[in-house]
Amino acid sequence: MLDDFFIRALIAGIGVAIVTGPLGCFVVWRRLSYFGDTLAHSALLGITLAYSMEFNIAFSVFIISSLIALTLIQLQKRTNLPGDALLGLLAHSSLAIGLVVIGFLSFIRFDIMGLLFGDILAVTVDDLLIIWIGGALILLILKLIWKPLFASTVNYELAEAEGLNPDRAKAIFTILMAAIIAISIKMVGLLLITGMLIIPAAMARNISSSPQKMVMYSIIGGLLSVILGLFSSLEFNTASGPSIITASLFLFILSLLNIKQSIKLKN
Amino acid sequence: MSSSQNILVKLNEAGFSLNNKWLVKGVSLQVEKGKIVTLIGPNGSGKSTTAKIALGIYKKISGSVEKYTNKVGYVPQKISIDWTLPLRVNDFMVLTESISNDLIDKALSLTGVIHLKDKNLGDLSGGEFQRVLLARAISKKPELLVLDEPVQGVDFTGEIALYELIKKISDELNCGILLISHDLHTVMSATDHVVCLNGHVCCSGSPIDVAKNNKYKALFGEQASQILSRYEHRHDHIHTSEGEIKKN
Repeated sequence: MLDDFFIRALIAGIGVAIVTGPLGCFVVWRRLSYFGDTLAHSALLGITLAYSMEFNIAFSVFIISSLIALTLIQLQKRTNLPGDALLGLLAHSSLAIGLVVIGFLSFIRFDIMGLLFGDILAVTVDDLLIIWIGGALILLILKLIWKPLFASTVNYELAEAEGLNPDRAKAIFTILMAAIIAISIKMVGLLLITGMLIIPAAMARNISSSPQKMVMYSIIGGLLSVILGLFSSLEFNTASGPSIITASLFLFILSLLNIKQSIKLKN
Repeated sequence: MSSSQNILVKLNEAGFSLNNKWLVKGVSLQVEKGKIVTLIGPNGSGKSTTAKIALGIYKKISGSVEKYTNKVGYVPQKISIDWTLPLRVNDFMVLTESISNDLIDKALSLTGVIHLKDKNLGDLSGGEFQRVLLARAISKKPELLVLDEPVQGVDFTGEIALYELIKKISDELNCGILLISHDLHTVMSATDHVVCLNGHVCCSGSPIDVAKNNKYKALFGEQASQILSRYEHRHDHIHTSEGEIKKN
């Protein structure tokens, strides 16, 4: 069964969606979408390093993204430049360096489109293992830090005052962000991975009344996007990443209709 | 009378500066079990900053803080819940500690907002939200309660009731309370110790001592001083049901 590339892609996509669901909620709550973008852009550098040194891609991307996250924290301490400028600086310079390095590696044939937008054909059985084991670890750790992370998302000072150590939770969450980008980069591609984090969570916000429900709907939205997106990608011969994101946008628009209806009901 | 075992938090010459400007400097105070310590002072005098030093939110401080409890309940002065967070009162009650449904209901009933339990936090009025904040802080039975203007935006009768509740909680749970308030009149009646701040400790002591202090008068004016002396007068005798006046 795993011989079929499409089944492999489906299993990979489902694994990714289960993890991006809850992480995406925190990205929306904590306003981290541009931060996610920055980590994803830096992934290209990780990929090129993986190719040139014959590393595992997910591992290499994880290391580079974590380094970029640490660099950001250091930069924030040392300059007064606003956060978005620093993020832009890191995002584009790491993307540029990645592309420059690709130029030097002329002996390797790169599928740039595949890197940028995801390629379902590229998902191997090894990738499945990385996605599902890595994903399970991410979810486990997220569950362990849920209380301090969520409390500090609502109010940092409250969490700190009542002894929850929000700084540690934030640092761990940053590492988890690097990890999800590392394991899903092949599926969705580095330009669209943030979409996979944000759009299902944004869709879920429109229809949820509690944080737990938002996480659940975000996962369901992600799963539906993956399934719809992959089938249409097969049908229309389009890249997997854009197809998945387009499907999630479709779900988001549906959730807006739901909001309008509930406002009408209120009046 | 203060045995060291009863101390919950103690500030020694504590201060905090931001961008080379002292927000507050040289504050020494301690909160003991069952006692209410009130911080008063004009806007920008460092009341909230002092509370945050005591709570350990500010870490790079001068002087020192000794904290002897981890069971803390905090009502911050300002809190805003982002729309992106779908949060009901019920979810908010268990934000920092999982507590039983019974305790949640009890705390919400005490502050008079049990009917709002399933409402979204964003839909509450300022006063309602303030009552929820107080309920959350007391529901976990803390040893130390830090209340930064806990009744702001609460209606007049509610304000008096909530101050009575705060006093009752301090007695029942035997917890120490660090209270910040602008309302001299109501606060003084329940306070054991007053610290008057103006960037530094301007004066401190029992409410009566502080009211007599000239520095306090200079800061708040003669009228404020009279509020306190009225309070003092009010409590040095009891009016019995027969209409007699009985000395305490």
